[in-house]
Amino acid sequence: MDRVNDFAFKIATANGTGSASANGLIMQAIFRMGVPVTGKNVFPSNIQGLPTWYEIRVNRNGYTARTAQFDLMVALNAATYAKDVAEVHSGGWLLYDSSWPLDERLKRPDITYLGVPLAEMCNASFKGVRERILMKNIAYAGALAALLDFDTEIMRALLTEKFGRKPALMDSNQKAINLGFDYAKAQFDCPLPIRLEKLDKTKDAILIDGNTAAALGCVYAGATVGAWYPITPSTSLMDAFSGFCQKYRRDEGGKNRYAIVQAEDELAAIGMVIGAGWAGARAFTSTSGPGISLMNEFIGLAYYGEIPAVIFDVQRAGPSTGMPTRTQQGDIMMCAYASHGDTRHICLYPSDPREAFEFAVKAFDLAERFQTPVFVLSDLDIGMNDWMVPRLEWDDSYRPDRGKVLSAEELESAKTFSRYLDVDGDGIPYRSLPGVHPKGAYFTRGSGHTKHATYTEDDAEYTEVLDRIDRKVQRAARFVPAPVVRKAAGATKLGILTVGGCHAACVEALDRLAKEGVAIDYMRVRGFPFGDDVRKFLESHDINFVVEQNRDGQLRNLLTLDTGFPMERMESVRYYGGFPLSATHVIDGVKAKLEKAA
Amino acid sequence: MSFIPKPKVHHPSLQKNELGLTRRDYEGAITTLCAGCGHDSVTAAVVQAFWELSIAPHRVAKLSGIGCSSKTPAYFLRDAHGFNGVHGRMPALATGANAANGDIIYIGVSGDGDSLSIGIGQMSHAIRRNVNLLYILENNGVYGLTKGQFSAAADKGSMSKKGEPNTMEAIDGALLALTIGASFVARSFSGDKAQLVPILKAGLTHKGFAFVDVISPCVTFNDHEGSTKSYAYTREHNVEIVQADFVPPAQAITAEYDAGTVRNVMLHDGSWVRLRKLAKDYDPTDRDRAYGCIRDAQSKGEVVTGLLYIDEGSQDMHGHAGTIGEPLTTLPYESLCPGNDELQKLQARFR
Repeated sequence: MDRVNDFAFKIATANGTGSASANGLIMQAIFRMGVPVTGKNVFPSNIQGLPTWYEIRVNRNGYTARTAQFDLMVALNAATYAKDVAEVHSGGWLLYDSSWPLDERLKRPDITYLGVPLAEMCNASFKGVRERILMKNIAYAGALAALLDFDTEIMRALLTEKFGRKPALMDSNQKAINLGFDYAKAQFDCPLPIRLEKLDKTKDAILIDGNTAAALGCVYAGATVGAWYPITPSTSLMDAFSGFCQKYRRDEGGKNRYAIVQAEDELAAIGMVIGAGWAGARAFTSTSGPGISLMNEFIGLAYYGEIPAVIFDVQRAGPSTGMPTRTQQGDIMMCAYASHGDTRHICLYPSDPREAFEFAVKAFDLAERFQTPVFVLSDLDIGMNDWMVPRLEWDDSYRPDRGKVLSAEELESAKTFSRYLDVDGDGIPYRSLPGVHPKGAYFTRGSGHTKHATYTEDDAEYTEVLDRIDRKVQRAARFVPAPVVRKAAGATKLGILTVGGCHAACVEALDRLAKEGVAIDYMRVRGFPFGDDVRKFLESHDINFVVEQNRDGQLRNLLTLDTGFPMERMESVRYYGGFPLSATHVIDGVKAKLEKAA
Repeated sequence: MSFIPKPKVHHPSLQKNELGLTRRDYEGAITTLCAGCGHDSVTAAVVQAFWELSIAPHRVAKLSGIGCSSKTPAYFLRDAHGFNGVHGRMPALATGANAANGDIIYIGVSGDGDSLSIGIGQMSHAIRRNVNLLYILENNGVYGLTKGQFSAAADKGSMSKKGEPNTMEAIDGALLALTIGASFVARSFSGDKAQLVPILKAGLTHKGFAFVDVISPCVTFNDHEGSTKSYAYTREHNVEIVQADFVPPAQAITAEYDAGTVRNVMLHDGSWVRLRKLAKDYDPTDRDRAYGCIRDAQSKGEVVTGLLYIDEGSQDMHGHAGTIGEPLTTLPYESLCPGNDELQKLQARFR
């Protein structure tokens, strides 16, 4: 069977041992060979000593979803050895450190064992505990290079790029690579049937994680204030924003054209964003589910006081602390209706880092256009894993949509100014910013207010404002990114409707199901409130499979709430165990429902 | 209700400030607080301070949390943007607004419930960041708007209106502020406008977080015998330790007091705050002394007032963040976006 450029392998280590740089090197080398590649970092909520895995999928067709079928296991963690052995696909391989004897009881007859004395070789070649441990990782990368037929020139080039200015590090890394490489070449029949071959399928692509891409989007959108509180898996978003700002927003005198405030908690972080938005800056926060829980009260204030704010929710497995280093789509409902009372929020759902970049920019435009909080719901898989996506492009003619903000001149010439008056009939009132003009002064409050921004407890005055805000947010359905639709080759009564990071798995599942003769139409929603096209899609199919990553079918619930489409006509396909979705999850789910229906 | 606008009638004989504005131009809506509420006196002092400083009202942003005290920004500076936020979280709003636009003059009004319970974290961290903000804590020791529960500032042993004693220690906002590094700490009494106005002016001019704890009796729920935040108790036990005068930049300092009892501190805009020491050996730039002085008075059942501590050499939030010296809100977009060429160059990093 031809397994060139189509296989997956997994590396099991303990965290804090430096395996990340070896795994990054492997990923990048495959990518530079022009071969589509996906990396999923399965890491513990811990700094040192607990099991961690890195999964790499190589796929010439460009399928980037996680696969749970591993052809090769690099089992370097004794603590997880039994589990790791069991996970190897029958007929596969297991690379282990033969410095120590193998536990015979865990031997499987259907896989091939490849012993490489990593520790022994590194102990002989390197001095000091730290270097020996670090180089053991690089040595397995070297062994894999021989086994899987990496282009060694590319590996050398990558090391030069990384360590070019540190010759000592360059030397030890190259030495470690050679140790593994030479040993494997001498002892095994290299390469294995699963192997790499150069392609040209990555030249217009990049390897980037969603948090970095979203941060870049914030820079390009012109965001100037970021307020946040550290939380996995969103921390790297603000870290990246900080890094890009230091590069692009620092003038010659060392002064910053941005402000980042590490808040005391999420309650404060969102308050700072709202304060900054109120004052006229493009401001955002990045957080995860627990942070959104804390922010709820303030989010209601921003909704009712009509203040722009952009909130990145990099979702993780809940409830409560849940599994902070595992992915999920568990905040769909919470974000859509965050806060007490009647609220509804604009939500954007990127499916990969490229959309994280684009939707970050879109989020600021929508927040200012509609004067309301906007959520960007990413997840741990999108946010923290490196994805292969098309190069990011930027249209230099872009200018921010700052919405209806009155200038000093406009205020001067205006007869009157009423902050919450629907002047244009589109539900969006005019804003004024503090410090601009006395005529723009008004009192922002979370308590009942009239269209003239005065306090009220009158039912008619109160409902007038509340109803207008509802119309305003509903109108945003036409401005959020339209759903992505993929029609089946022929007419079908089956549809899959999904969201965000499920995309890659769904697309792969659709192709595989089509080959088996199951034709399904596909829609991925990208924004909330939902537009008419969503209901039309649902109505045009007898069975709609709603694929998502949470226990309660939150997307399905939201579809019914927002479109009125009956829930009974949607079959829920869910996976919520914390790993990124695989095509198998989708296929198995769809088939099970079809069998039930038949 | 705060929606009742005050008629804006100007008597021709009303005194005008440098901007040609009268005190009436610094007022707001008619108060809806109880008659005799200490907070209304604070509001009057705020109006006076802004008027005397000739600050254009629309260049001010006034923020507050939730509670009786937090209603008061509606009652002054009608031409300024106001923001009545959520309970205890005005500091975050002020921090964000200030980060976005540091050119505006920020005043935050809070109470002891708002600041010392739910908001104690936010107030503390705004102090730590030294956000450039005049922060007035209108302190009555009681939750007025929910009808008379003890606040965290209620003194141990003080009696509720129903006659129950408070058995827990009070949190003293001024001590807290000193402990966590506030660059400006003052305490005053709502009934002492002569003392309060110069303190507010100095606080508005101070570049950093100016914490002003104002004992402001609640006439409805905490003005009875046994309350240590009543008018009677405060008048009787108030010990003014430092008298602050505010001297605008253009005016010369004249030697009016004995040299040993006066200390002049220059504020960042060139104005002066003149501190006349009423107690011997008091040094308003010595944090430890200020702390000790408040503690000593407390043990005697006294309330020390005046500008207790000032540090004009501290760095405010923008100083810490190294931001450019102009509002981030008005930076041209072209100076914020690196453009497509740069994006393409950058992406070499991701290959």
